[in-house]
Amino acid sequence: MVKVNNISKSFKDVQALDDVTFSAEKGELYGIIGPDGAGKTTLFRIMTTLTIPDKGTVFINNKSIIKNYMEIRKTIGYMPGKFALYQDLTVEENLNFFASVFNADVNDNYDLIKGIYSHIAPFKKRKAGNLSGGMKQKLALSCALIHKPEVLFLDEPTTGVDPVSRKEFWDMLAGLKEMGITIIVSTPYMDEASRCDRIALIKNGKFLQVDTPNNIIEKFNSNLIAVKTYNMRRILDDLRKCTNIKSAFAFGSEIHALIDDYSNIENVSLFLNNLKYNDIEIHKIKPNIEDCFIWSR
Amino acid sequence: MKQLMSFIKKEVLHIIRDKRTILILLIMPIIQIMLFGFAMTLEVKNINIAVFYEYGDEMAEKIIARISASEYFNIVKSIHDTNEINNIFKNDNVDTVIVFSHNFSKDLFNMASPAIQIINDASDPNQASTITSYISAIISSFQNEVLLQNSPIIINTELKMLYNPELNGAYNFVPGVLALVLTLICAMMTSISIVREKEFGTMELLLVSPMKPAYIIISKIIPYFIISTINLITILVLAVSLLDIPIKGSLMLLMAVSFLFIFLSLSVGILISSLVSSQAAAMLISGMGMMMPVMLLSGMLFPIDSMPFFLQVIADIVPASWYFTAVKKIMLEGQGLFNVLKEIAVLTIMLLLLIAASIKKFKVRLG
Repeated sequence: MVKVNNISKSFKDVQALDDVTFSAEKGELYGIIGPDGAGKTTLFRIMTTLTIPDKGTVFINNKSIIKNYMEIRKTIGYMPGKFALYQDLTVEENLNFFASVFNADVNDNYDLIKGIYSHIAPFKKRKAGNLSGGMKQKLALSCALIHKPEVLFLDEPTTGVDPVSRKEFWDMLAGLKEMGITIIVSTPYMDEASRCDRIALIKNGKFLQVDTPNNIIEKFNSNLIAVKTYNMRRILDDLRKCTNIKSAFAFGSEIHALIDDYSNIENVSLFLNNLKYNDIEIHKIKPNIEDCFIWSR
Repeated sequence: MKQLMSFIKKEVLHIIRDKRTILILLIMPIIQIMLFGFAMTLEVKNINIAVFYEYGDEMAEKIIARISASEYFNIVKSIHDTNEINNIFKNDNVDTVIVFSHNFSKDLFNMASPAIQIINDASDPNQASTITSYISAIISSFQNEVLLQNSPIIINTELKMLYNPELNGAYNFVPGVLALVLTLICAMMTSISIVREKEFGTMELLLVSPMKPAYIIISKIIPYFIISTINLITILVLAVSLLDIPIKGSLMLLMAVSFLFIFLSLSVGILISSLVSSQAAAMLISGMGMMMPVMLLSGMLFPIDSMPFFLQVIADIVPASWYFTAVKKIMLEGQGLFNVLKEIAVLTIMLLLLIAASIKKFKVRLG
């Protein structure tokens, strides 16, 4: 359905995308996971025919983004990074406008957006600028869906949205997937990766890994431990000095580190005790997507 | 067609939702016409004059009578002591003092040199010089009549002001305000409204949609075209009814030239919008970049003929200067189509060039 072949794109001296290749099948929920500035938005703009790549091509439903861009534009839905809504128009006016822009009728495709739009329907007379982040997101998604696209491109749809709305949003995407819509979604939140069928990890314009979330975790073949203590500020540097530790990174309230062998956990604990840390908690953990991202390559 | 209609409807909603802007757009021309028509005129009226002369001096009294007969001047005070002159500007509401020399009539008949001194409050230099020239004109015409009785040959210069016999300052401002308002509304508002879509990211969505780029442009243009037309009519109605400035030429021709200029300004706005990507930049370019040349180089405030050559060349590039000339010719001088063909031709060529440039510059993808 979506075929991206060897895409490269640079802006002046910044290489935004470097030889990116992947493909998404019909009805697949495909996640592109990476931090800010990794090249996600550039990739989305190329796939949605807004930007021409320096090298490589993209085919949407076997149509080229360079030659047949007008045909592609009829069949895709796009939700840009910042919710592109008219702030001074009401919820209803926004929806009607985007429907007519795509030559669609709200009533014809209402079934498609019903599950999403029903959340904001009580506020349909409210101006889009006065909606909360979660409601803006639902309205933007409704607007992107109203013409029944075959492929839906969602660029960081959950950024700036509260955790409850984020969860609801992923439930909605699962529902859309059931209807056979191909969805390409990007996010900087690693914890959302598990909701995708397949994910691609992107860093500095390069794809690091492409696989199902489970396979990516399975493939993680290093020994991972979590370390927790009272004085978190100093411990990262000290831990890195330990000969058994290959590398360590702060992970929220604890530190994740690679250890040469699980049998050496006691050694690390002793090492830290010698440095006057007395409330050390060390234990083996299973990797999550974020660990995979940090330690890939 | 349904696409286009709903797009236009959306644009209209944007405009009427922003109540402050629409109010400014509709009221601005009215205020400008009032300001230029009444407050900022260069003509003088109701000038208070004090005179110093010898009581019983026949010729001095005749001159004073003439000055006082003029609608511009009121003789408010007669001074008997030259020492009073210094204080009279401070204490009394007097703009000008006229001093006649000692034995004025006698010197005049004896061909000696009688003198009249005009003392002005020059804190407003424009007004002071206008008063001086008005009074000088009255005195010299009086002098001519007196001399006529003595010598038969005399060279008489007669001034006749065509098209604007009363030298009303407001006359020139009407074409000027028209050019200014139409440029501002068309160029500035269109460019801002297009650039706003870029800033809010909605342009991305419009481009991703199968909507034709031409539709985007057309629907941006139409609402501002309507507002400009309302402004055009407002200004003309105010000029005729309030300022008593007649439209001497054909109204149809005037409207046709104005529509040509409106389209020209709209395409300037579209071009600006394709060059910049923020509303602030669009406002600066169309505000500063368009308003200043229109004010200074269109001939509205300063005649183009008296500018240095390089400024005249720049003035020729400013569309408003051609429009200004055309409106002046049609409205104030009553000239017909044939006499404004040059202006119409230049404006049309400019319009075509701008449309070509903006079509070439408009991007079907992101920049």
